[in-house]
Amino acid sequence: MRLPRAKTVSRAALFVLLCGAGAQAQGGKPGALPDKEFQAKFAYCRTCHGVNAQGFRGSFPMPRLAGQQPEYLKNQLTAFIERRRVNPVMGNVAHVLSPAMVEALTKAFHNLDPEPLGGAPKELVDAGKKIFEEGDPAVDLPPCASCHGPEAKGNDQIPRLAGQLNDYIIRKITNWDKERGQDVAKPDASSVMEPITHKLTPDQLAAVAAYVSTLR
Amino acid sequence: MQRARRDQRTGSGLVAALLLLIAGAASAQDALPVRNCTWCHGSSAQGFMFAPRLAGQRTAYIERELASFAAHARDNPLSQKYMWGAVARLDPATAQGLAVYFSSLAPEAAADGQSGLAATGKAIYDNGVAVDNVAACIACHGPNGEGVRDIPRLGGLSYVYLKRRLEQWNQGYHQSAKPMPLVAKSLSANEVEALASYLSFVQFVDVGR
Repeated sequence: MRLPRAKTVSRAALFVLLCGAGAQAQGGKPGALPDKEFQAKFAYCRTCHGVNAQGFRGSFPMPRLAGQQPEYLKNQLTAFIERRRVNPVMGNVAHVLSPAMVEALTKAFHNLDPEPLGGAPKELVDAGKKIFEEGDPAVDLPPCASCHGPEAKGNDQIPRLAGQLNDYIIRKITNWDKERGQDVAKPDASSVMEPITHKLTPDQLAAVAAYVSTLR
Repeated sequence: MQRARRDQRTGSGLVAALLLLIAGAASAQDALPVRNCTWCHGSSAQGFMFAPRLAGQRTAYIERELASFAAHARDNPLSQKYMWGAVARLDPATAQGLAVYFSSLAPEAAADGQSGLAATGKAIYDNGVAVDNVAACIACHGPNGEGVRDIPRLGGLSYVYLKRRLEQWNQGYHQSAKPMPLVAKSLSANEVEALASYLSFVQFVDVGR
């Protein structure tokens, strides 16, 4: 009489165990995101951002996402959707991402660590390092390192710059006023950077962009 | 007397130098086996049937493709049949010369697609289809399909060629041409029709070679 009961219990235990294993197989991603769906989207992002998300130079420089801060990526994706950040391609891309997908993608990109793509003028690197570490006290330009970190790894909503494409950085800083913080009713973290983009001279910008692009 | 002779010598020297210059220029052009290419690609390199237009194509792209035929990486049936043999004994200097020559010719739009699909094709080209993981072509190939560096110019290539090329990636050919095999996989048959149609009508925009 006890045998069938024990069997039922063990079956129940097995069921619970299998469900647990199923959840584990999804890599702990919330919202039951099928792995196949995630892999397809992850590959799609890397069509433009480079096979290892190291960035890619197409008709436009497309930024490195590898090692990027998840909070920064999340904020930017939301900014594209809310049109706080203007970019015709990324607006569409961001619009269809579920919160679970954003969570999984930002984590996956953060965990990639390819070599920097390179391509910046080497002769500017030394001057760039000085600006990155010391700023330009004469015009109250703060050292980049004070927010982006001594190794340019970023933190929370402040982006990693290490290994970023120099031409991408130059374009973004130059167009800051036209692309970032476009919803006056909803100011965001981009406002912190705005005055700095005005202080950086084109030569300083080219130098500091070259420097951070070499960092891993 | 002496002076006149000297003038004469200088004069004949000049003529000789000029002749050499002209001969040099002529032989440089003759040395390029352009006609071997234009048999199939058309006498003004505007493309013919499945042989793509070479006129106005990007120099670095032509050079890279010639190398990929030589390496048998571009391996669809017509490439195997024609291009593998055509480039087998092509030295790098001649390949470069051909690339520079063809990229300098002004291209014409093939305009052989279905005009009714052009608007749909442009929408896919400019925006992609995010929900289906279709990347926006514009990001790499540029706002007017002009390409950049070794990324090819697509604007005005023939519908026949573009459609076939996208289909061949799906059939498993030329898989080294990353990321295009992945891009092609994301496109439906209708989307391929629309993109190839749209691009066939895009007019030449000169952004350098």
